[in-house]
Amino acid sequence: MKRLLTLVFALFIASTAPGTKYPWGAAFAMDSATEAALAADPVAEKRLQKLSEELRCLVCQNQTIADSNAELAQDLRREVRTMIKDGKTDKEIVDFMVTRYGDFVLYRPPVKGITLLLWGGPVALMLLGLFILQRYLRRRTTRINAEDQPLSADEASRADALLKENTPK
Amino acid sequence: MNRYYWILGAFAALVALLAIGLNLNPRDVPSPLVGKPAPAFNLNVLAKPETTLGPKEMQGKVWLLNVWASWCVSCRQEHPVLVEFSKKVNVPLIGLNYKEVRGDGGFDMSKMAADEEKKLAFERANKWLADHGDPYTLTVMDLDGRVGIDYGVYGVPETYVIDKAGLIRMKHTGPITPEVLGKKIMPLLAELNK
Repeated sequence: MKRLLTLVFALFIASTAPGTKYPWGAAFAMDSATEAALAADPVAEKRLQKLSEELRCLVCQNQTIADSNAELAQDLRREVRTMIKDGKTDKEIVDFMVTRYGDFVLYRPPVKGITLLLWGGPVALMLLGLFILQRYLRRRTTRINAEDQPLSADEASRADALLKENTPK
Repeated sequence: MNRYYWILGAFAALVALLAIGLNLNPRDVPSPLVGKPAPAFNLNVLAKPETTLGPKEMQGKVWLLNVWASWCVSCRQEHPVLVEFSKKVNVPLIGLNYKEVRGDGGFDMSKMAADEEKKLAFERANKWLADHGDPYTLTVMDLDGRVGIDYGVYGVPETYVIDKAGLIRMKHTGPITPEVLGKKIMPLLAELNK
């Protein structure tokens, strides 16, 4: 089991190391076409990079189009690059993607009715947790206080008797 | 005792939530294009490369747009269903051949001239239809995938149902199975053609 874990861990490290041949680990900057374009217009490429990191590749759904080397990601990067060249604003570019692929293309989904649970869920759960904790602590305090009464006369005399019994002679 | 019911209830709710979540198909991304006009295009027709076709020419008809390519493995799976469909149903089925050459992955596109790509794409698409049967009323060629982007194509095959007014009424991602055709597409076509 331990061995298996080590192996999995090693594979994970290998796959995240820059410059590996794995498509999912291939860094965006390694792409030679991109490097050439970067040299040509660093400002535009920086915007492309930033925008690409906000957009999901729909083929490999847990990657941005900056990370992914899927065909579609390449096409979409090309589209974004063209739009940057055409002087489109970031908002126009993002809207272009959303009208075609939906909110799903956004790595940060917008706050609206359908995503309320997504955004509010963690906060709601934390508040619920705090509420339960507070209630529990309050009940516990009341219980401890209730138990913490001075001994009644009867209890005191019984305790005395027990203590006397055990006193060594 | 009461408290245990609470915990059990919360646990059951969590299990139910996860069960629903895990049974959803993550590939089934709702298309924002449903209910919107089919994006315009004007592409060369496979059978008659000197002519073009676009959604404008299809106005007034209920029709299907099916995205395919010869390199697409799942297209092979749905193809017999489409062939059957075209024999039985009198609804125009337009093929959108998506990135026939550059989508293949086997070519170095930086070394291929545009007209060379075009020629090869037409040859490959024609051959594929000759080999597997041609269910399409017409096929148009989207060589660079630009129209595909307008339609939000992210996995071939995809199929769109477009109504008489030119609005997209349904999008299906992935191969069309007889179930999808019988339970979803056919009833919709019947309704739209009323």
